[in-house]
Amino acid sequence: MSVQTNSQIAGGVDAAREGAATTATSGESILLWRLASIVLFCLAWEIAGRIPINVAFPPFSEVVMAFGRIVADGTLPAAFLDTLQPLVIGVFLATAVGIVMGVGMGLREELEWAGVPVFVVMQAAPMAALIPLITFIYGIGLTAKVLSVIILALPVIALNGYKAVRNVSPSLRAMCRSFLGSRRQEIFKVILPDASPMIFAGLRLGISAGFVGVILAELLITPTGIGDLITYHRSIANYSEMYAAIATIILFAAITVGLLERIEIALFRPEKKEHA
Amino acid sequence: MTAAARAVRAISSADAAKPVVEVRNLGKRYGSQVEALRDINLDFPAGQLTSLLGPSGCGKTTLLKIIAGLLPATNGEVFVNGQKVTGPGPERAFVFQDFALLPWATVVRNAAFGLELRGVPVAEREKTARHYIDQVGLSGFENRYPHELSGGMRQRVGLARALAVNADVLLLDEPFSAVDEQNRRKFQEDLLKLRQVENKTLIFVTHSIEEAVYLSDRIVLLSPRPGRVSEVIEPRISRDRSPDQIRRDSAYLDTVETIWRGLRDYAD
Ligand SMILES: Nc1ncnc2c1ncn2[C@@H]1O[C@H](COP(=O)(O)OP(=O)(O)O)[C@@H](O)[C@H]1O
Ligand SMILES: [Mg+2]
Repeated sequence: MSVQTNSQIAGGVDAAREGAATTATSGESILLWRLASIVLFCLAWEIAGRIPINVAFPPFSEVVMAFGRIVADGTLPAAFLDTLQPLVIGVFLATAVGIVMGVGMGLREELEWAGVPVFVVMQAAPMAALIPLITFIYGIGLTAKVLSVIILALPVIALNGYKAVRNVSPSLRAMCRSFLGSRRQEIFKVILPDASPMIFAGLRLGISAGFVGVILAELLITPTGIGDLITYHRSIANYSEMYAAIATIILFAAITVGLLERIEIALFRPEKKEHA
Repeated sequence: MTAAARAVRAISSADAAKPVVEVRNLGKRYGSQVEALRDINLDFPAGQLTSLLGPSGCGKTTLLKIIAGLLPATNGEVFVNGQKVTGPGPERAFVFQDFALLPWATVVRNAAFGLELRGVPVAEREKTARHYIDQVGLSGFENRYPHELSGGMRQRVGLARALAVNADVLLLDEPFSAVDEQNRRKFQEDLLKLRQVENKTLIFVTHSIEEAVYLSDRIVLLSPRPGRVSEVIEPRISRDRSPDQIRRDSAYLDTVETIWRGLRDYAD
């Protein structure tokens, strides 16, 4: 037995189609605007470099050429590998530990009492100030760099995970229990998917912080990787190369963080696919 | 009529009158300050639609959630099919005021979610879900997401989910309060039609007098905090006429008026 009139269903479909159409067009125009803003930015850079504002500020075109040179002579790829190794290890550890601890603190009061104050202090404190201390204890090797990444990335990942779980809709949790969901099912089928946008927001912030951590470690303590490439080219007044290295790492960080959003939508939020 | 036939009739009418849900001396406090419910005694007969009607904040949701096993009572107890309630059970299904649909799941998955939690294989549970999606009038929307549906359609998904687990008792917490007036009336009529197909006991929370009178076999009037049973009314409106005729029926109008007079004292 169908108890709804056809006109209503048709109306509903129309409304839904309309909605999809508007988001599609706005999606395209958003892309256009983004492209326009990038072009405008490069143009402004080019002009500012040619005026020039400062001898140490090369125009965009020269930076692009310098980029070609440091890729060709192999110094940029080598530096990237050096930087990526501690970054990947650190981000991986901070993600695993941060999500488990954050979700744990959100679910259990004992963990909340024990953990949240620690992470709040860690997030508020200028953790970068600890990086020289880490060198003092762990030397200037890989461990020190990995630790620099972790101390910067972990607090924001853990705290976001905690807040995400705390903000899960109580009504969805009640729904899961009323339909006889076990605690395990409640966590995996309701809490984690509902918390995933905020958990991923924490991951994005955490990964950005991880980039800061590894570059700081390279600038402050272990002269290797991208940080060293930047310092080296600055010291010999190769400003174009220096900017090429800086721009590359910024671009790389932005792309990584953007990819993460795609991964999140693919894994947890299929309903947002058509809008992304 | 033979003695045997009379005995059978007596048994079946006793069955019909037998309460599926019994609430005994129920009280609920939130903390030490808020007394939400006091000394509630109620029977909910099998196959009937009973409305809980009362002003906002009188404890209707609280009572429904205690019956659902989602909230513990402070005093007293609830029995469902003679069994004491200690938590949610398979013989009860809840329809939530705010729909409580998974935003990341399609209509089919949402409607099948109760069965998914029970470990029913995917093909089987989606078949059942599709059947009830059709029953609530949502065929063609199976692969939509909740944000693509109107409020009324979302609540139809909530109803399909509750029907799909085949519970004896449906607990509905103001299911139409977030649905616009036009769709609400349509939905009310559909609910009445569904009742003829599915033999369920319904406990229905509302703050709308008209809605309660239009839908219910029995109406339980609750007084403001602490919620107590102030009156139980049986509208006795024959439902074999068109909705408009029912709404102009004198028994319908009289019942609305009586309840309104009873509740007016509580209005602030
Ligand atoms: N979790 C809670 N903590 C404290 N007070 C609550 C809580 N839930 C409900 N109440 C109070 O209990 C009373 C009854 O609430 P509720 O059952 O939601 O009423 P209704 O559904 O009839 O509007 C209200 O006064 C409300 O403020
Ligand atoms: Mg309520």
